[in-house]
Amino acid sequence: MWLCIKSMALALVAAVLMGGCATTAGNKDPMEGFNRSMFAFNEGLDAAVIRPVAKGYEFVAPSFVRTGVSNFFGNIADAFIAVNNLLQGKAVEAISDAGRLLVNSTVGMLGLLDVATEWGMEKHEEDFGQTFGRWGMDTGAYVVLPLFGPRNVRDGVGLVFDVAADPLGHVSDASVRNSLAALRLVNDRAVLLPADKIIDEAALDKYSYLRDAYLQRRRSLVFDGRPPRDPEFD
Amino acid sequence: MKYLLAVLFGMLMAFGATGQGLQPDALVKSVTNDVLEIVRKDKDIQAGNTRKAVELAEVKVLPHFDFAHMTRLAVGKAWRQASPAQQKALTDEFRTLLVRTYSKALTEYRNQSIDFKPVKMQPADTDVVVRTLVQQSGSKPVEIDYSLDKTDQGWKVYDIAVAAVSLVTNYRSSFAQEISAGGIDGLIATLRTKNGGGDAAVASKQ
Repeated sequence: MWLCIKSMALALVAAVLMGGCATTAGNKDPMEGFNRSMFAFNEGLDAAVIRPVAKGYEFVAPSFVRTGVSNFFGNIADAFIAVNNLLQGKAVEAISDAGRLLVNSTVGMLGLLDVATEWGMEKHEEDFGQTFGRWGMDTGAYVVLPLFGPRNVRDGVGLVFDVAADPLGHVSDASVRNSLAALRLVNDRAVLLPADKIIDEAALDKYSYLRDAYLQRRRSLVFDGRPPRDPEFD
Repeated sequence: MKYLLAVLFGMLMAFGATGQGLQPDALVKSVTNDVLEIVRKDKDIQAGNTRKAVELAEVKVLPHFDFAHMTRLAVGKAWRQASPAQQKALTDEFRTLLVRTYSKALTEYRNQSIDFKPVKMQPADTDVVVRTLVQQSGSKPVEIDYSLDKTDQGWKVYDIAVAAVSLVTNYRSSFAQEISAGGIDGLIATLRTKNGGGDAAVASKQ
């Protein structure tokens, strides 16, 4: 089932991205109409299924369990982050990521504890979208993908690689793989539950609020938190 | 989507009226610690009492914010076309919106610890960024940057960026959208509606 979802998802991503390759001159969101309907679809799915399940999970799983789950998936992700740092030519960071994986997988009891952070090895956030950005690929238009949410074309292409390289995708037992993927999704969503109310309070228009936050955030990540100052600013 | 969470923590940092005359980094630190200390002890705020969180923010934090500057940045080019009365109305409504959001975030605070980075600044600097890092177990720390500039009333915060997302300029396109649809008065009206018809108790304290 995971494989089936995966190939469906990839086909969708590819189809949407091809649409998004149209020119973006002067307009960061040329597909706004399509994006808004996808956004509404994702919001509906979240309200109907993902959010209630995440709330149930938050209710039954004590906080130390949820932290352990976050750490476990975070540890797996460190392998993938190391690869991306390496592809971006950041050897020191890549070695640190590999060190984190080693420490947390052993001393950290299969990743349930994040010992590496306590030992001063900082956790990084990298993916293929950022790697392509580092390589100079243009962001392209903003797109909202079904299930995956906000992306730009570059990050959408990155996502195809992210999914293909996802360590979970290589777990051979289908039921284990699907359970892990579901747990990760629910846990990730539960982490965001407190943010829901704040965003509802803050946003005049949730769609554009989240879009602009996404675009600002991704721009900064590509520059590892030190983007050149936005000329629009001031 | 982890940056969403960051929006939450960004709203948590606070500035107390104690900090007059301090350097920007010391100011950010003293006020943040003050406010979080209170929130940690206040069961009502933790249980979601927004009213009480608003009061705390009004006393401790808001004196250190320059809302006119924030509003100018959020409105962008159209600011210059607005009359003084419109500018005042925009500032009041935007202030209310930010205060309500901030207070909501205070009620969601759960003991995250915060690292403050010292600022390397020159004596002549009038515009600085103070960087902080919110540590949370199980995920990457979230960086929160405060932009402050030096005014006649001391250092004032005019922007907060959470995980590199500016909470002020993030409003730019929705504001521009409102202005192109209904003019500046249209934006004021939208903000007023969003704020529940202009919550006078908060807005008029400017």
